Amino acid sequence: MSLLEVHGLNAYYGDSHILFDVALEVAEHEVVALLGRNGAGKSTTLKSLMGVVTPRTGSVKLDGMEIAGSKSHVIAQAGMQLVHEERRIFGSLNVEENLVLAGHTAPNRWPLSRIYEMFPRLRERRSSRGTDLSGGEQQMLAIARALVRDPRIVLLDEPFEGLAPILVHELLATCRNLAEAGQTIIVVEQNISAAMSLADRAYIINNGHIVESLTAQQMRDNPDVLHRHLGV
Amino acid sequence: MNWSNLVAQMFNGLVLGALLALISSGLTIIYGTLGVLNLAHGAMFMIGGYAGYLAFEATGSYPIAVVAGAALVMVLGILIERVIVRHFYGRPAEDQILVTFGLGIVFVELVRLGFGSLSRSVPPPSWAQGVTSLGFTVYPTYRLVVVGIVAVALLILYLVLYRTRLGMIVRAGIEDSVMVDSLGINVYRVFMVVFGIGAMAAGFAGIVNAPVASLTPDVGESIMIETFVVVVIGGVGSFPGAILGGLIAGQILSLTSIVDPGYSYVMLFAAMTIVLLVRPRGLLGSRSRD
Repeated sequence: MSLLEVHGLNAYYGDSHILFDVALEVAEHEVVALLGRNGAGKSTTLKSLMGVVTPRTGSVKLDGMEIAGSKSHVIAQAGMQLVHEERRIFGSLNVEENLVLAGHTAPNRWPLSRIYEMFPRLRERRSSRGTDLSGGEQQMLAIARALVRDPRIVLLDEPFEGLAPILVHELLATCRNLAEAGQTIIVVEQNISAAMSLADRAYIINNGHIVESLTAQQMRDNPDVLHRHLGV
Repeated sequence: MNWSNLVAQMFNGLVLGALLALISSGLTIIYGTLGVLNLAHGAMFMIGGYAGYLAFEATGSYPIAVVAGAALVMVLGILIERVIVRHFYGRPAEDQILVTFGLGIVFVELVRLGFGSLSRSVPPPSWAQGVTSLGFTVYPTYRLVVVGIVAVALLILYLVLYRTRLGMIVRAGIEDSVMVDSLGINVYRVFMVVFGIGAMAAGFAGIVNAPVASLTPDVGESIMIETFVVVVIGGVGSFPGAILGGLIAGQILSLTSIVDPGYSYVMLFAAMTIVLLVRPRGLLGSRSRD
């Protein structure tokens, strides 16, 4: 049985139908990329899984538990975490308060020392308010805030967007370490090469439909598939 | 007008400002966290006064009256949130405004039904009756006590908001309640608590104010308007902003009254307009709500 099983997921913004019968599966310890053009429905898929957007129909099972239609805090307590594209750091709280808040209801939360080992920069900045952090530091904090809950699965929405290449490199290494340690991840990323260097498999989404499901090897062997769907 | 008259009027402004600061901090944390403008907030102020009045009539004790007034309004606030307001979180702002405005009317008329329209009065506690000499003028002792009581209440509210885990969650919720929920914290329970605390702030002010002004069912109506202006001046969702805005509004209302009380609202709204032109998010507001 897969850790995450999604079937027939349909989501709407008002009257506009955004996701059409989305189906995907993610096994434990697997890293899966969700690729697609702008507006294809990648972020909406992640938000629907997390309950930030309530899907109208469909099933989302996390470790066998049905979570479609549940409130976000219930889904979070079931072990899912979404790192939003906009990072959504609490600017009025400092770094450490952001982490403490995140771990508040998590039974197996990481000790902060483990977070600071992974992100030494956050230790240095632990008394800084969220608003005073650089973009890269905010992204580290957004990821750290998800990890502190010791989630079963992490959804990363464009984690490398808008970061300097050196920071992308650094964060990518961190994510790769996480993956090697067995963290289950779904990553949405425009930076295909970054995504593919992390992922074991990928789904391609187009206009709200999942149109391809490929292994990393298949993607390397068939660059024309990427070209056809993503224009790269 | 002489100098001591001016200073006395500034003291009046301080008393009013302190009360407005407390009531407004309740309104601003509710709006900041839930995104619901609670137009029944003035009614909470009024009900706090009447609840305190009843408790005072029954026991003759001022401290019991204050505690009972505040506690009852907190429970009422939680009930309102659970039974009515929570059904409106996903609905347009107009609906939220209409339902809380309607609730306010219902409460005012229920109290009128029970107590009539004649004013009731709660005497100041015996130790705070009479006047106190400030050197240059004498001033009613109880009004000085009000400033002290309200300052303590604001300090407690500050400590809860800035020094406790609950306060941290509330401050995070004021910024981004969706994100708080995504981090596994039941934000709807937080909403309930915030609504209760916010209502309690108004109810507490209502009973503390009762010995200063007489109690009538519509005592909350003008307070509601003033509180709303204070929140806008201070910045929506900002607790320090509510305190600063309250103190400013108290002085504007009080000092304008020296010249012509009829102009005090004109000056208050003029001040709000200027603040909005210069700082659209209010004096200490950090962001605008969409």
